[in-house]
Amino acid sequence: MDLSMLWYLVPSVVMLACGIYGFVTRKNLIAILISLELMLNSADLNFIVFNRFLFPGSMDGMVFTLFAIAIAAAETAIAIALIINIYRAIGNTDITEINKMKF
Amino acid sequence: MDITLPILILAIPITMFLVLGIGGVKMSKKMAGILGIIGMGTTATIAYTVAITYFFSGDANFIIDGVRQQYQVFDFTWLSFTDTLVVKLGFLLDPISAMMLVVITTISFMVHLYSWGYMEGEQGFQRYYAFLSLFSFSMLGLVVATNIFQMYIFWELVGVSSYLLIGFYYKLPSAVSASKKAFIVTRFADLGFLIGILLLSFYTDTFNFMDLTSNPERVLASTGGASFMGASVLTWAMVLIFTGGMGKSAMMPLHIWLPDAMEGPTPVSALIHAATMVVAGVYLVARMFPVYCVVDAAMTFICCVGAITAFYAAVVACAQIDIKRILAFSTISQIAFMMVSLGVAYDKPIEGVHYSGLGYMAGMFHLFTHAMFKALLFLGAGALIHAVHSNNYTAMGGLRKYMPITHWTFLIGCLAIAGIWPFAGFFSKDEMLAAMFARHWFWGAWMTMVAGLTAFYMFRMYFLVFWWEENPHYKEHKPHDAPWQMSVPLLFLAAVSCVCGWALPFGELVTWNGEPYHIHIEWVKVAIPSILTACVAIALAYVMYHKKNDLPTKVKNFWPTLWTAANRRFYWDEIYMFITHKIIFNIICKSIAWFDRHVIDATMDGFAKITQKASYAIRGMQAGTIQAYVAWYLAGAVALAAITWICLI
Repeated sequence: MDLSMLWYLVPSVVMLACGIYGFVTRKNLIAILISLELMLNSADLNFIVFNRFLFPGSMDGMVFTLFAIAIAAAETAIAIALIINIYRAIGNTDITEINKMKF
Repeated sequence: MDITLPILILAIPITMFLVLGIGGVKMSKKMAGILGIIGMGTTATIAYTVAITYFFSGDANFIIDGVRQQYQVFDFTWLSFTDTLVVKLGFLLDPISAMMLVVITTISFMVHLYSWGYMEGEQGFQRYYAFLSLFSFSMLGLVVATNIFQMYIFWELVGVSSYLLIGFYYKLPSAVSASKKAFIVTRFADLGFLIGILLLSFYTDTFNFMDLTSNPERVLASTGGASFMGASVLTWAMVLIFTGGMGKSAMMPLHIWLPDAMEGPTPVSALIHAATMVVAGVYLVARMFPVYCVVDAAMTFICCVGAITAFYAAVVACAQIDIKRILAFSTISQIAFMMVSLGVAYDKPIEGVHYSGLGYMAGMFHLFTHAMFKALLFLGAGALIHAVHSNNYTAMGGLRKYMPITHWTFLIGCLAIAGIWPFAGFFSKDEMLAAMFARHWFWGAWMTMVAGLTAFYMFRMYFLVFWWEENPHYKEHKPHDAPWQMSVPLLFLAAVSCVCGWALPFGELVTWNGEPYHIHIEWVKVAIPSILTACVAIALAYVMYHKKNDLPTKVKNFWPTLWTAANRRFYWDEIYMFITHKIIFNIICKSIAWFDRHVIDATMDGFAKITQKASYAIRGMQAGTIQAYVAWYLAGAVALAAITWICLI
């Protein structure tokens, strides 16, 4: 049985939805970071799928995905560094307590 | 003619202005004064050379078959906007410009010399000389203008120099307001001048005087009979151009600035507000004379304005206390005399006699002689003020013993302006009156009456200053004649006022069409009546004022309202104050200010307020809750996507 494009896109949508849900509901910064990575991965997956099915001859989607993974790794490192510093400053990683920047 | 000398006439004063204006603070006062005097002396010498060459050399450029020609020494293009709109700067030599070169440089040189004594020890001495040079430059540029636009440029420049010199004592509030008044009133008049220039050049396609005046019929034809509000466009243009002249020459109702301009130093009054700048209006009419000749309405307008102004100013001068004010009103009256003289001159023969040249020649002649004796009178008044430290004749009286030189020169000036034979004023005034009688007996009679008034108020001032009774203050502070720098110009100008009437063949030199005019004095019809009028007026002044008595008070009390009205200049200043403050400021300006504040500003304020209120209302959304932001962002993105989707379907 050939796998159609839908078989790849549905998990991608599920991943994105989970990521959004986690991003909005979790209180822990680490959990929020994990949700963010989920969303990113769903986008990467879409790139590959569209490349594979719609433009089989080209490699653009693949290259983009690799590039996004590299950037995401760097970004995660920075996010972790920030979270560690926040933890040192306020003693926990609860996002509801990080609300000093407001009107 | 080589262009070196004409260029130098303009270049020396402007260089002097720059040198004294920029380097003046670094040099001593004496140095600045000597530099200014030498500069002006050189300019005067060169101007004399040019004028003599023009009048007497017999060069074919200047005179052909006994007819003097207009000659452009140079005329270079300064600004070129389009093919037809070209502004040029040049140097035009013709009888009147050559005559004006002589008048301006002579008076200016005398005033430079005189100021050395008069302004001694004043703060800003160098600045004063710099401004004098600027004025001389502007005035010389005005008279040699080859086109009406160049004249307009220099016209404004003399206005600026006049403004600067009236406000020379800038610490005095009265001087500051006088200078502002002079500038605003003349600027207002110049608006009319500019519109007139634009109208005229729009129809004729030229600014050049020679093009305009050589063929006035072409000018008349070029407007093609276009008319506006019942008068032809050419009439409008010429009347508007004359408006500029009315402003500069202090004709009614734009005369109000000149009496106040006496706040400036007295030599400045002599140079600018008596001899040269204020006759610019007369000069303008003379310059455009052939065009005016074909516009009857404009000529009549000039005539009426002049006649009314001459009478008004003469009456006011009879009731002034400040001697400089008397002289100022006398100046207004005499300039109006010249205006009437030009106005009655006509390019049409009357009863077979071609009188057109007479009024023009007489007006120019009077311009010349008036410049000399009025400068003399002003400089004499300066010597008086220098001696008693007051402008009012009430602080003077009986001065003839203390200041003999001033007394005799002043008397000569008074006799000249009163028109007594053989002083300069007699000859020019006689010619003017002859021209007026030739046109219509009314003008002649009216102006003879004004001439009588002139003699009366001049001798009223003369007797009150030099006779009447000695002021008791002389015991503490003895008045004495002025230093030589001031006496020499007085003596020189007095000598000129004595001789220039009969010694100068003016009619042979300056006429409207260049052909010589042979002056002959009509003793019976004009000269003797006018001399008699003057003598009666002088006798009246003698009876009233030569010794202290209560006759003047009685005359004053005979009709006190009239005296007060004349003393207050018939309330012209009050009328202007009423119009500007009560009507223009209160009604027009205030409503405009209200509109600005309550409509334009309020709209802008409203936008700002709405933005501010809205921001304040929704600022609670920025609560620092990152997840809420994300939720809002998501909702927005979904909504946008939904809208896009709906639209695409």
